[in-house]
Amino acid sequence: MKYVDEFRDGDIARQIAARIHAEARADRVYRFMEFCGGHTHALSRYGVTELLPPQVQMIHGPGCPVCVLPIGRIDLAIELALHRGAIVCTYGDTMRVPASQGLSLIKAKARGGDIRMVYSAADALKLAQATPDREVVFFAIGFETTTPPTALVVQQADRLGVQNFSVLCCHVLTPAAVTHILAAPDAQRDGRVELDGFVGPAHVSIVIGSQPYVPFAEGWHQPVVIAGFEPLDVMQAILMLIRQVNEGRAEVENEFTRAVTPHGNLAAQRLMDEVFEVRDSFEWRGLGEVPHSALKLRERYAAFDAERRFDLHYQPVPDHKACECGAILRGVKRPTDCKLFGTVCTPDNPMGSCMVSSEGACSAEYAYGHARRIPIHAA
Amino acid sequence: MATRPRYIRPLDFKAGRIDMSHGAGGRASAQLIEELFMPAFANEWLAQGHDGATFAPPPELAQGGQLVMATDAHVVSPIFFPGGDLGCLSVHGTINDVAMSGARPLYLSASFIIEEGYPLSDLRRLVQSMAQASHEAGVPIITGDTKVVEQGKGDGVFISTTGVGVTYPGLRIDGRQAQPGDVVFVSGTLGDHGVAVLSQRESLAFETTICSDTAALHTLVADLVAAAGPGLHVLRDPTRGGLATTLNEIAQQSGCGIHIDERALPVAPEVEAACELLGLDPLYVANEGKLIAICAPQAAARVQEALLAHPLGRGAQRIGEVVADAQCFVQMRTRFGGTRMVDWLTGEQLPRIC
Repeated sequence: MKYVDEFRDGDIARQIAARIHAEARADRVYRFMEFCGGHTHALSRYGVTELLPPQVQMIHGPGCPVCVLPIGRIDLAIELALHRGAIVCTYGDTMRVPASQGLSLIKAKARGGDIRMVYSAADALKLAQATPDREVVFFAIGFETTTPPTALVVQQADRLGVQNFSVLCCHVLTPAAVTHILAAPDAQRDGRVELDGFVGPAHVSIVIGSQPYVPFAEGWHQPVVIAGFEPLDVMQAILMLIRQVNEGRAEVENEFTRAVTPHGNLAAQRLMDEVFEVRDSFEWRGLGEVPHSALKLRERYAAFDAERRFDLHYQPVPDHKACECGAILRGVKRPTDCKLFGTVCTPDNPMGSCMVSSEGACSAEYAYGHARRIPIHAA
Repeated sequence: MATRPRYIRPLDFKAGRIDMSHGAGGRASAQLIEELFMPAFANEWLAQGHDGATFAPPPELAQGGQLVMATDAHVVSPIFFPGGDLGCLSVHGTINDVAMSGARPLYLSASFIIEEGYPLSDLRRLVQSMAQASHEAGVPIITGDTKVVEQGKGDGVFISTTGVGVTYPGLRIDGRQAQPGDVVFVSGTLGDHGVAVLSQRESLAFETTICSDTAALHTLVADLVAAAGPGLHVLRDPTRGGLATTLNEIAQQSGCGIHIDERALPVAPEVEAACELLGLDPLYVANEGKLIAICAPQAAARVQEALLAHPLGRGAQRIGEVVADAQCFVQMRTRFGGTRMVDWLTGEQLPRIC
């Protein structure tokens, strides 16, 4: 397939791997966080980690939209479907995230909730137009990648005068999460992850550009290399990070030049700004309350805000006691450090959110990696 | 005024719809059978008109062949999709289940659960499609049943079919027969059916030329049996859950591992592109006209030849081998040069969003 196969070429991968082996110094460790679940997925699916020398360690970051959604937010969506008679539309991955009382959206659906999987926010609006006698709520999740489409349908609904459509907005902001990880306000309690650089987001950066990462390079002295989601992109970015570290540089570099510009997609940014404003604080699974890290609808579009329309009140719910998703999302622990991993928590029966999406660190580790971890005993 | 005794107005196949009386067992039910099912499926066993069909034992029984029975419920949505429909799918699916047991399919039964209000024109299309599929396969539908459920209690039409067949004498085709060293073949491109159906879903409709691969595989099986005999160890059609799930089933049953090579997997470019776009993995997408054949290494050349010689095996590829592995893992050598686990399908394959 054109424009895809070129970035999955095994021979080039081995050439880059050889450069990485040659340039990574043996007397130190390189700890890089790949922020995005898309990168985590590429690392596991293509076995990139196998090609890296042991002193280059990849730490999974919190950039999996489904993983960072706290239980209380899913509970709100379930409340809408089961008790307020609304049709709840959402993206596929969200369906299986565990919520309170052993529920998830897919289980709430089996209990009679009208919950529909959609591929785009526009489908939710279309459904609202087709079923004028029902309330339709779009459960909007994701980083800056999925935010502009939500903004667009809100404006469309407004223009078309659609009365029965609203959005349960859970859109979150990437730079705030990175700042939070670097600042690690709860480092005392939960331990802090030592990092030597970031593989910066791919699709998010198409929207926001490479500029927003400059403070991490300048203020926190963290090298950042923005990379695409194909395996060769990630490998090239790792090589670029190693070079920055070796040369004592901390800059924002862009490996993903075929899509990312310094200032990003200005039209999309304008659209987001028209429809949304930044929340004072938002709870992330794993990171806890993070100030200025999420969006809500502006007053002008209050009629489309499901939280106001249905008078919903967010209730924080603690994760399962033994679940390490929090520490894993902060990069402090690895999936295999969790007692539940692969025992009670599996992709079929996820206890924590990292086991749900194929971009989640635990799910990727389980699907592609667990063969290498389970000791093989002679039968 | 002259009346015509026993006159019944014929079914309106243009604008008519199924109503509750068609499932009540009275005159309307009888009319539906007489005007729709009987002429479409016409065969001597159906003509017996009994509650069940009586048939003679197949000759293979005397030579040590065994009877095989398989059943399959079909609930595809949408009911009509590019390359097929629920009707022919329900015939092919069960014929294939019988054939994958290393058997020659003999007869089918069919039961219909129809939702009140379903258009008779669509029902007729489905029944004709079934009749054609059954006729082409040479496997008659010899008994059946119809029930009607109230509107909202079904999704148009559900069709369950059951098949009876007889195994090829002296042959044991079974998931447990896979042995280390065996060679794994797939008969053609993967994921066509799943992507063709997905492309028509209301929420997702996208333009594509991909057609479902739905087909009856029993003649291909007959050719493979003739070519490889006891060298043929396992046959399986990778339907729901796709190739990945089917290989895991076989690994589990045989107590072996399976290694496959991503570079050898046949996937049509359109299917690959659609999967890439939707965040699906063709390894997990359903097929309805493909089979996996696992055979002894000595029989591999003959199996390959038989596959390639058959119209339904033209795209066949040798994709891997069975290995000794107490963990029963299915692993894949990726195009990228690494290896990765190929696990069971979890839940329903859901598209990724980011």
